[in-house]
Amino acid sequence: MQRNPQLNEKGELQHLLSIEGLPREILLQILDTAESFAGVTEREVKKVPLLRGKSVFNLFFEPSTRTRTTFEIAAKRLSADVINLNITVSSATKGESLLDTVANLSAMQADIFVVRHESSGAPFLIARHVKPHEHVINAGDGRHSHPTQGLLDLFTIRHYKKDFSGLTVAIVGDVLHSRVARSLIHGLTTLGAPEVRVIGPQTLLPAGVEALGVRVFHDMREGLADCDVVVMLRLQNERMRGALLPSAQEYFKHYGLTADKLALAKRDAIVMHPGPMNRGVEIDSTVADGPHSVILPQVTFGIAVRMAVMSIVAGN
Amino acid sequence: MTRLPEAERLCEQLAAELRPRIGPKSAMVGLYTGGAWLAERLHPMLGLKTPLGLMDIAFYRDDYAARGLKHDPKRTKIPFDVNGSELLLVDDVLYSGRTVRAAMNELFDYGRPASISLVVLVDRGGRQLPICAQHVGARVEVPPGMRLALKKQDSGTLTLALESERAT
Repeated sequence: MQRNPQLNEKGELQHLLSIEGLPREILLQILDTAESFAGVTEREVKKVPLLRGKSVFNLFFEPSTRTRTTFEIAAKRLSADVINLNITVSSATKGESLLDTVANLSAMQADIFVVRHESSGAPFLIARHVKPHEHVINAGDGRHSHPTQGLLDLFTIRHYKKDFSGLTVAIVGDVLHSRVARSLIHGLTTLGAPEVRVIGPQTLLPAGVEALGVRVFHDMREGLADCDVVVMLRLQNERMRGALLPSAQEYFKHYGLTADKLALAKRDAIVMHPGPMNRGVEIDSTVADGPHSVILPQVTFGIAVRMAVMSIVAGN
Repeated sequence: MTRLPEAERLCEQLAAELRPRIGPKSAMVGLYTGGAWLAERLHPMLGLKTPLGLMDIAFYRDDYAARGLKHDPKRTKIPFDVNGSELLLVDDVLYSGRTVRAAMNELFDYGRPASISLVVLVDRGGRQLPICAQHVGARVEVPPGMRLALKKQDSGTLTLALESERAT
């Protein structure tokens, strides 16, 4: 059997590439470690010396503000040196191959590569070619995976709901194109959430999504009934052009989260969104800014979760 | 076989020794795991006014490069202002002094205490850093290859035990 490419020979986390295939113990180790780092981010001195002298390269082949910034803050709070490379305007446009780019950065004594790429699997390719002391963290690859977002979603859910047993979680919207949804579904099923639902129009749900262990709903009111957690996905504008949807207004009418639809979920339900939000398309402002919303705490927790991932992989 | 002192008796003894030194600025921080148990015991015995602080020094260890983050760290909680406080830093066993070094570094990221005194249940010698404890329950010699550990029984009773170093 082929070894899990994320784990070293002792079964410890060496790269974070995908939540899929990670054992429950490692997911819990990351969430528990993040809990301790959340304490650090509340102090006056928000820095620990753990990664002093290490270099973290943020390799973003695709634009991102929030993810790149939170990775940068996380690395700095661990006392690492951070180098941000915006590759869309760099070597790739001059024709350098992905592995040549990485080899060059490796020659500059990199310790951690944080990689975002539009091609699914790019971080896996890099992980197969780095030196043993180098670590790769997937910051989003194509439609495939966005494990730190999935982990921060899990952290947020556990923070507000204490544990996963007994929870009903609904993921609403463009599941087909969402790497966030895939990562979160794997995490929730691994940690034992008994009911994960996906809600969306047929055209935005992947064929055979039931195989991931989720219940499928096309009617949002039915799907939201008695949910503890509602995760809204961003509707990417480019999907409109692909004839998958009639219009943003039409989408909002059926799948936009409004206060009256949210009222069907449990009274203490939380509303999450990975950002960036399209107000008035997938979520109404009264909900996004309302008492059930934990969208901004998600961003804060994202820093602690990324600190945990970096400090665990760099130590293995 | 080394005869180990009774942890409960040492705890009483330390409380008696510390009691006259407690002032309005006194505060206590226990180090996970054994030091936290001891501090949870000493804190009410001394009637300290500030709430007890508990600390996990995992993010300040000097052997991270060699060992990584092996245990899930506990969340450090210092629920009082460290600035100007007279701190009692509590641990179970003092050995190399590296844990205490890490703990002092972490404490200074919370503020500047007026003073820090080190309180340990047992000093087993073997220091690798210039650190000494101000309040020591007992000095114990530990045979090579063994480590001394504080245990907490289900009843809450604290006991000292020798175990093989390899077992950890």
